[in-house]
Amino acid sequence: MTTTTVEAQNLGKRYKDTVALEGFDLAAESGTVLGLLGPNGAGKTTTVRILTTLLRFDTGTARVAGFDVGRDARQVRRRIGLTGQQTAVDEVLTARQNLVLFGKLFRLNKHQARERADRLLDQFGLTEAADRQAKGFSGGMKRRLDLAASMILAPQVLFLDEPTTGLDPAGRREVWDAVSGLAADGTTVVLTTHYLDEADRLCDRIAVIDHGRNLVDDTPAGLKRRMGHDRLEIVAADTADLEALHGIVAAVADGEIAADETASSVSAPVKESVAALTAAATAVRDRGLTVADIGLRRPTLDEAFLELIGTETKEGRQ
Amino acid sequence: MTTLAPLPDETLAGRLKWTLHDYRTIVGQEFTHLWRQPVNFLWQLGFPIVMVLLFVYVFGSAMDVTGQGAGVDYVAYAMPGLFAMTMAFGFMNTAMAVASAKEKGFIDRVRSMPMASSAVVVGRNIADTIHAAIDLLVLFLIALAIGWRSEGTVMETLTAFVLLLWLRFALIWVGVWIGLLVKNVEQAGNLFALAFPFGMVSSVFTPPELMPGWLGTIAAWNPVSATATAIRELFGNPVAAGSSWPEQHALMAAVIWPVVITVIFLPLGVRRFRNLGR
Repeated sequence: MTTTTVEAQNLGKRYKDTVALEGFDLAAESGTVLGLLGPNGAGKTTTVRILTTLLRFDTGTARVAGFDVGRDARQVRRRIGLTGQQTAVDEVLTARQNLVLFGKLFRLNKHQARERADRLLDQFGLTEAADRQAKGFSGGMKRRLDLAASMILAPQVLFLDEPTTGLDPAGRREVWDAVSGLAADGTTVVLTTHYLDEADRLCDRIAVIDHGRNLVDDTPAGLKRRMGHDRLEIVAADTADLEALHGIVAAVADGEIAADETASSVSAPVKESVAALTAAATAVRDRGLTVADIGLRRPTLDEAFLELIGTETKEGRQ
Repeated sequence: MTTLAPLPDETLAGRLKWTLHDYRTIVGQEFTHLWRQPVNFLWQLGFPIVMVLLFVYVFGSAMDVTGQGAGVDYVAYAMPGLFAMTMAFGFMNTAMAVASAKEKGFIDRVRSMPMASSAVVVGRNIADTIHAAIDLLVLFLIALAIGWRSEGTVMETLTAFVLLLWLRFALIWVGVWIGLLVKNVEQAGNLFALAFPFGMVSSVFTPPELMPGWLGTIAAWNPVSATATAIRELFGNPVAAGSSWPEQHALMAAVIWPVVITVIFLPLGVRRFRNLGR
């Protein structure tokens, strides 16, 4: 049986002259990873700050781990962990000293705090760096230490605000592995991101937010289906071939064909992407044309957003 | 398996014990800093030390504060002023530390934990005051080395020491308020432009009597002057006090000013801290 661990309804939050959230709903089942996906300024951080008891809100209700965020803040705080956008570790202290410090603040005694620190250091691959000052850590290491600090007591719900922003690919992978591991152990994770691949990789459900409102709430697979199709793109080696290539693309296209003279490319959305690519490549070879590049391109997040926003407005009008 | 963090007993004693535990932990954190960054600590003392050298050896020979000729007794006059100035500028350290804790999300993390969140601020204050006491001891030793002496009794000398820390303690609340008010550490650092005249337009290096009338009045009423004059009296150093009320009642002013500062800035700081949730 699943229970809803994080539940927000009709959340509204207004700063002096801007509306940060308006009628925002959110729900995360226990033990799942919920992604909050949206551009900068969409209201992701505001949502996380409200759910972690850091920010008062104007309207609506929010419950985390069964307690009201506004009325029972202390009960909520016992059950959550937070990793904010900045790495909130003490950079002067060593990795171990940081974890022991937070352990003590969570009422572990000296012995328990040390033991817990050792386990977390091991779990996050920081054992070797344990006694070095966090100041000298790479972005990924700092993030992992930060994550470890928010998991001193293995919280019921963990909030991560853009956990991989500014990390290199290796750092991102490290953080992803840590988050997946946590979720597997039963922690409910709510994370914000503006990376589609991150949401895709980690989340069970994705809530897309824009201008403080719910745009879409779906599984990653469902979201991808809504985001439109792959595009087939052929870049001509010789601009003289553009017209011929246009015809080849048109034969497999499922939508408007875009020709870019300066980039010497022709592209169009396609439905059965692999079949379309094979067909197009065969046609190119059969006609004896040479091309600079031929391939499939996923829609970028920007395009996806535009498309999502477009769909929403259309549905709204009907 | 997830674990539940403990909560304090719902009694006054339980809450108090809980809060003290957190204060102790944060003070401990600050001391680990000191321990890990001794060089930083020395750099912070660098400024008053440079001021000692500048004023005592560069300008000192031209200063006539006692009316007995330039350079006479200047070390005895300037050293207590420097002690007071070091305490006065100390609030900048507090402001920068609080601004940094806020900017780095440390305060947010602590606020999302079931601990006494006031510990980030109050623990700081305790640590800062102890830190200031160490600053003072080092400065005392330097002063003694260049020939400054306290002519007062042990009791008077200790009272002077306590008055200095009393000023520092009050100014911590100003630092906390500023640290929570500014956006980031950089902005906090920029406020040194305000802190500098606050420390200098005072009796720290020159008697307010020797300044233009209006400036002299400001200097005479500056809390830093009150403490400087009071400890000069206690140390038995040259006082060169003017006729204004705070200069004539320096001891009382040195006790009252910090109370006034605390009464104003403690609530401001607390309100600012609460408003972080707005």
